[in-house]
Amino acid sequence: ARVSFVSVANAQESEAPEPVAGTVAQADAEPLAPARDGSYGLGREALPEEIAAWDIDIRPDGQGLPVGSGDVWTGEEVFVAQCASCHGDFGEAVGRWPQLAGGQGTLERKDPVKTIGSYWPYLSTVWDYVHRAMPFGDAQSLTPDEVYAITAYLLYLNNVVEDDFELSNESFAKVEMPNADGFKPDDRPETELTAFSGEVCMEGCKDDVEITMRAAVLDVTPGSDEDDAEVVETAVEAEEQAEAQPADAEPAEEAVAGDQPTAPEDAAAENEAGDASAEGADAEAAPAEAAEEASAAPDPELVAAGERVFKKCSACHQVGDNAKNRSGPQLNGIVGRTAGAVEGFRYSGAMEEAGANGLVWDHESLAGFLADPRAYLKGTKMSFAGLRSDEDITAITAFLEAQAE
Amino acid sequence: GSRAVAQTADPAITELQPWMQYLGDGVDARPYGTPSQYEAHVIRRNVDWLTADPVSSVNFTPLHELDGIITPNGLCFERHHAGIAEVDPAAHRLMINGLVDKPLVFTMQDLMRFPRENRVYFLECAANSGMEWAGAQLNGCQYTHGMIHNVMYTGIPLRLLLDEAGVKTNGKWIMPEGADASAMTRSIPIEKAMDDCLVAFKMNGEALRPEQGYPVRLVVPGWEGNMWIKWLRRIEVGDQPWHHREETSKYTDLLDNGIARRFTWEMDAKSVITNPSPQTPILHSKGPTVLTGVAWSGRGTIPRVDVTLDGGKNWQEARMSGPSFDKSMHRFYFEFDWDGEPLLLQSRAHDSTGYVQPTKNDLRAIRGENSIYHNNGIQTWHVNERGEAENVEVS
Repeated sequence: ARVSFVSVANAQESEAPEPVAGTVAQADAEPLAPARDGSYGLGREALPEEIAAWDIDIRPDGQGLPVGSGDVWTGEEVFVAQCASCHGDFGEAVGRWPQLAGGQGTLERKDPVKTIGSYWPYLSTVWDYVHRAMPFGDAQSLTPDEVYAITAYLLYLNNVVEDDFELSNESFAKVEMPNADGFKPDDRPETELTAFSGEVCMEGCKDDVEITMRAAVLDVTPGSDEDDAEVVETAVEAEEQAEAQPADAEPAEEAVAGDQPTAPEDAAAENEAGDASAEGADAEAAPAEAAEEASAAPDPELVAAGERVFKKCSACHQVGDNAKNRSGPQLNGIVGRTAGAVEGFRYSGAMEEAGANGLVWDHESLAGFLADPRAYLKGTKMSFAGLRSDEDITAITAFLEAQAE
Repeated sequence: GSRAVAQTADPAITELQPWMQYLGDGVDARPYGTPSQYEAHVIRRNVDWLTADPVSSVNFTPLHELDGIITPNGLCFERHHAGIAEVDPAAHRLMINGLVDKPLVFTMQDLMRFPRENRVYFLECAANSGMEWAGAQLNGCQYTHGMIHNVMYTGIPLRLLLDEAGVKTNGKWIMPEGADASAMTRSIPIEKAMDDCLVAFKMNGEALRPEQGYPVRLVVPGWEGNMWIKWLRRIEVGDQPWHHREETSKYTDLLDNGIARRFTWEMDAKSVITNPSPQTPILHSKGPTVLTGVAWSGRGTIPRVDVTLDGGKNWQEARMSGPSFDKSMHRFYFEFDWDGEPLLLQSRAHDSTGYVQPTKNDLRAIRGENSIYHNNGIQTWHVNERGEAENVEVS
């Protein structure tokens, strides 16, 4: 691709000797040069095993692919266990998580559906991304064979291969993606930059001006004046409390209970209005209520520590008011409950069976499960490597115990 | 205009205020200072319905509350693909491998021993204003334009590190990679890497915030924010681009003929009026009024911004104030006497290449409505007689 940009060096050279008032050059007066014979001698050479540990990238020509293979049916097994809780059994997407299959032929429509099959130009991108970033919350945990299998299954879901297909480092180059020809280099220099340069109108540029659309009508904007007032009030209260108990006070930010939604790069394709429900509700510890349940009052510091540990869980689990089932079930009242029993959540067969066989989440079973979920309960959908430290397990248990039903 | 007249004495003056009577906090009370409790509304915000989860999402800089050109560190918008990586600097390494004479590993201490530079650059997400392709959607410049910040970076010119490893003659691309759970990667041509990219470890004088890539991130001046890899752990040198997820599935611009532009690296010139705006209405009645906003370009400086009060019928030049740096945010003001009548406010940036910020309709005519990214169209605020502002589109 042709690179077109104005470098700092060029910009400085083309400036007039008398700079315009207020313009300040960014470049240093004397550009940096290496201190010695072109080398500082800093750092050290990387060892081959270090490079091997980090050199995980895959290129469209297959460079970087490890030896391995996986077929469509193995892929389906792995996908359903590891991926379907967000992406759907058939890549159709659960909730707002990305759709991976379908959408062929929709790119010229008003609301195009961009999936691996309808949009991605190269298969290597799939292998590379699944291996480096997935499952969400347990990145780089899949073996190369599992990644080949998942990739084969994704090709099958997108009707690129038949169900008897096996993908390997050797067969990789044979696969061409349906939208491989769907991209062109940035042509703004030709199609836009010149068109948008030059003299512009300053007076009498239009006869009439009409408003053609208004945001207030859609009313999808968060943060009304009331929210702001609440923020100020809560922050002031938090400061006052902090003065009373300087040693252990939480910082003001944690006292603020604001909605915290997110804007993705493909927001324009998903401009659904009005569904501003509190899906991202912050978890708040409730040590006072928990005291009624437990025989001993839970240590508020331990509960607070558990709340921090819960950040590892919050991609999939919610607690507190308005907690909903998402990739994982909501966890209000989990301590003391039979496994696999939250209403409306689709558990793995293994979890349901464990519950039917009498597994109850008490301190011991929780500790066993959270230390290594897939070792403790083979077949669980929970994609989590496990909590390493006993302190974390004790803390998270205290925190969960404090979350009332 | 006529000045206000007081009928009775203002108790704010005649009554002794508590802060004038009693002692305040001492110098040991705030080891890391934060703004006044009365500024607690000046925060980053996000939009619930835009993504599946806050962990792979964005929040927005409160542009409407800021002035000058420097974004305070705690208010710089965030965009993460797998949440904030909490990196221990003692355990962090930067590796350079691939088509180099010597693959190298650096600790943070090693990096501190290279020469460093200071630059003020904007970082804008390519999806900034992306929701607005479909029309006037979000009612506030924090939401419509807030995926941008502008800070001073202190960092090592990337070329010094690449020279240290020795780029081979067939090394034409680099692939920076992050140490977060999304292991973010992009492909960058070697010419840009050797030009003005920095490996930065400070922002506005202090260490990078965790949410901005602590302990070290890549700075790619004027180019898409996603390319400024945070928690930078590796740079591979190669002879071809990698076409990874964030430069194929994402950050490509779909045109209405079904073909997509790839490698749309440069951020086009853009501006927005931050005050008055929906989150900061005019609170006074007619008379002297200050209008302000910001402008920037990934291709140079902003020597001029035009402002209109009547939706584009007539324009006047705004007053630029503060330093003008290449590929940095600029500040403009427009002082006028408000007659209390409704206004249709717009700003239009000119950058140092001669490019002028187009309207959204100009862009739609060329790109269609599905390109998601690189919406640098002119923004319109309608202000009513009560001083309330609304995001609108006009003919």
